Amino acid sequence: MTEVADRPAAAVGQPMLRKEDARLVTGQTTWTDNIQLPGMLYCAILRSPMAHARIARVDVSAAKERPGVVAAFSGADLADSWSTLPTAWIVSADMKSPPHLPLATDKARYVGDGVALVVATDRYAAADALDAIEVDYDPLPAVVDMTAAQQDGSTLVHDDVPDNRCFTYREDWGDHEATKQGDVLTLSRRYINQRLIPNAMEPRSVVATVTPATGEVTVWSATQVPHFVRIFLALNTGWPEQKIRVIAPDVGGGFGSKLEVYAEEIIVPVLARRLGRPVKWTESRSEGYLATIHGRDLIQDVEMTVTRDGVVKGLKVDLTVDMGAYLQLLTPCIPLLGRYMYPGIYKFVAHTLTCQGIFTNKTPTDAYRGAGRPEATFVIERVMDDAAAELGMDPIEFRRRNWITNSEFPYTTIAGLEYDSGNYEAATERALALLEYDKLRTEQAERRQRGDTVQIGIGTSTYTEMCGLAPSRWLGETGYAAGGWEAATIRVLPTGRAEVVVGTSPHGQSHATTFAQLASDELGIPFDDIDVIYGDTLTAPIGLDTYGSRSLAVCGVAIQKAAQRVVEKARQVAAHLLEADPGDMEFEAGAFRVRGAPESQKSIQELAFAAFAAHSMPEGVEPVLSADAIHDPDVFSIPHGTHLCAAEVDTETGAVKLRSYVAVDDVGVVVNPVIVDGQVHGGVAQGVAQALYEEAVYDDDGNLVSGTMVDYLVPAAPDLPPWTLDRTVTPSTTNSLGVKGVGETGTIASTPAVVNAVIDAVRHLGVTDIRMPCSPERVWRAIKDARGATTGGAA
Amino acid sequence: MVQISVMVDGVRHEDDVEPRLLLVHYLRDRLGKTGTPIGCDTSNCGTCTVLLDGSSVKSCTVLAAQADGAAITTIQGLANDGQWHPVQQAFHECHALQCGYCTPGMILASVDLLSRNPDPSDEQIREGLEGNLCRCTGYHNIVEAVRTAGTAMRAGSDGGSATTGVPEGVSA
Repeated sequence: MTEVADRPAAAVGQPMLRKEDARLVTGQTTWTDNIQLPGMLYCAILRSPMAHARIARVDVSAAKERPGVVAAFSGADLADSWSTLPTAWIVSADMKSPPHLPLATDKARYVGDGVALVVATDRYAAADALDAIEVDYDPLPAVVDMTAAQQDGSTLVHDDVPDNRCFTYREDWGDHEATKQGDVLTLSRRYINQRLIPNAMEPRSVVATVTPATGEVTVWSATQVPHFVRIFLALNTGWPEQKIRVIAPDVGGGFGSKLEVYAEEIIVPVLARRLGRPVKWTESRSEGYLATIHGRDLIQDVEMTVTRDGVVKGLKVDLTVDMGAYLQLLTPCIPLLGRYMYPGIYKFVAHTLTCQGIFTNKTPTDAYRGAGRPEATFVIERVMDDAAAELGMDPIEFRRRNWITNSEFPYTTIAGLEYDSGNYEAATERALALLEYDKLRTEQAERRQRGDTVQIGIGTSTYTEMCGLAPSRWLGETGYAAGGWEAATIRVLPTGRAEVVVGTSPHGQSHATTFAQLASDELGIPFDDIDVIYGDTLTAPIGLDTYGSRSLAVCGVAIQKAAQRVVEKARQVAAHLLEADPGDMEFEAGAFRVRGAPESQKSIQELAFAAFAAHSMPEGVEPVLSADAIHDPDVFSIPHGTHLCAAEVDTETGAVKLRSYVAVDDVGVVVNPVIVDGQVHGGVAQGVAQALYEEAVYDDDGNLVSGTMVDYLVPAAPDLPPWTLDRTVTPSTTNSLGVKGVGETGTIASTPAVVNAVIDAVRHLGVTDIRMPCSPERVWRAIKDARGATTGGAA
Repeated sequence: MVQISVMVDGVRHEDDVEPRLLLVHYLRDRLGKTGTPIGCDTSNCGTCTVLLDGSSVKSCTVLAAQADGAAITTIQGLANDGQWHPVQQAFHECHALQCGYCTPGMILASVDLLSRNPDPSDEQIREGLEGNLCRCTGYHNIVEAVRTAGTAMRAGSDGGSATTGVPEGVSA
């Protein structure tokens, strides 16, 4: 018998090499900017150099005379072609969503706001001709600072939005004020979560072509969300949705910055239709720094109460969030995606969260890897370290006293979110061992004792997060316009190979590999015989795309369901052909056998052809071996983990060096360990980058000072250490795969771990906080100021 | 217009180009060599790295006119008769790429690095790739891939292969 030899090894859990790589390592890629179409034109957009100005006059006539220029338009010229760009999340009854046209007409509201454009026969001609557009700006005072923006007499970014306040939000769980009574410690802290630039390596790019006779529009975009773009392009322009096809070809990273419907995704198709020729627009990196969303940018005021023996009681968090000049797709909800995460893994008895969104004359903010949850984790993990220090307790011991213990799951936190599973003890024990925590504490004490120039600190982050966006019912209750389900179709082809069509649209997440592994095990079809189709609204028409660590936890379950339906159909066909009862069919490793008569069998490949030929189908069973499924999760997925960072701080220069970084994550069942590790590596790197290197800086006039890659410090290889990873596996109990999200865990966890480490290194010198990024200058100044304070002002 | 003659991935091209045309735009828009992507406009990111006479250059900082007479290797010309270069193979095997946008530049910079230093330490690998940014991998697996490729290439050259050694076209 060959049955054992023929059985494919289980693919799930194996470090399968990626199907994606062959094209990517040989340059056979399909980035949007690669696309060349006959007669294609290039668009370049003139952007406001002023943060706030009335647009008095725009004259494009001279630009039209430039060589190679086919057309030039002001915002007013095209105002009838489109409507306001969408915001899909109404977070409160008082939320203001001012008009946001693809090109400004009345006022420019941030440096980078588009005011006019040219279309030319090549990209150089288009860029040249921008210089010939004349714009008269009447400058207005720029609203740059969120706090000043709310004060009486502040200039308004939008005339009908008083105090520049976009929305207010408040939720109380229990009575925080009551927790202040008695002998408790009340800590008040202000943390600044700085503005960041996402920096996906592929700049944004859009290409559109139109068939005039039919009105069919095809758009290629470097987007995370082709399905969103299709819907909103239809709504924005009034074009029939069924005539719009949106393709996300190879997409070079996103990190939330391509979870958008951008002005250019409207502008380029409108131009293609108007001019009857294909049009391409590709941003330069510096242009993208202005015109692609930024992330984070919050002031976080926190008040925590804790008993003298180290039991947490109340947590009040007040957020002030910079929206920038307009609301993009999800701008107002981003801080609120962390709304249930501020209590972290700890057993608070009261919690209050307030949030206000403020307009300023800056690039809009929106989702950046983690979106709301890194912000929450930063607050809780920073304040836990600060409280431990105030109490004179070890930060790990303080956490142990307050976290949800393994025996308490499922546990509903004070913020009303149920955590289905977790094992904080196991993850922490493993992380402590990998870091050699006790040994480092000894070394730390010795260095302090000796007064070494280089001090070391250990930072902790015992994070959790909610991901796998999202239960549609929850999305509806919180004011989101759409749902959070995900779709999959599986087709077993006549030749026995299979296609898995999915509604998520990757940009580095390895769907082609991970999803093929899942389908391989369910169908018993070899991994190499399965391909995954995505990223095109024609070939993968039903879906809600990729963000929020949702692809495996939501779409993975849809794939499993579809595969199970395929298997059930195949079982019917097999039983029919083998003249057996379907209940007597055993399915293993891609073959159906009649129980008790193993020589009587049909492979799934044979059944696929039989169902295709359909010469003899069982009663009531339709031809073709394929099935669809849609999965709408009931709840979020709740990964967790313990990240520990050991940092060396040179107290004379302020330089920070990460000596080691340990991440022990629990993301439930792992489909491909190498891919999961890769997600953690990159996520941690981005979180470390926020802690140590990156900040989008504006001057008082609203100019982006860190406006190029020269000025914005995306870390390179020498700036980062190797990462030490391990996992605990506590399967999720809320989905049939037992999986949890992983795409954002690293970013969510790592930022406070690093900042806590830096502060721990110098806390004995009197330093209690250092603003991110903890640059050498900031660290040096913090040490200098603390020393000055403790020695009566001497430098 | 400037007349140039360049060898790109083994094919000779004679062209008239604007003096200001960047090599990367010549490769992408004129020759259709779109395997070489563009990631920035300030020569920071390194995604457009190619080999020019054997040495890595950022093709956004070279004019097409400057490449006259040179031999260029892009990511599309690195494999030999369909056989991947050891660095390509190692990037695949070590999961040193996710979105893959930085990958062509990262691979060609690594080829150059290993040609100058066949047995680099991890620190030397990190320093050697300083001019190439990656946003997905946190560099961990890239370092591992370069180390792995170096080992494979040294084993290969011990057996008489000429994949490593003195870079072509570099004169003192």
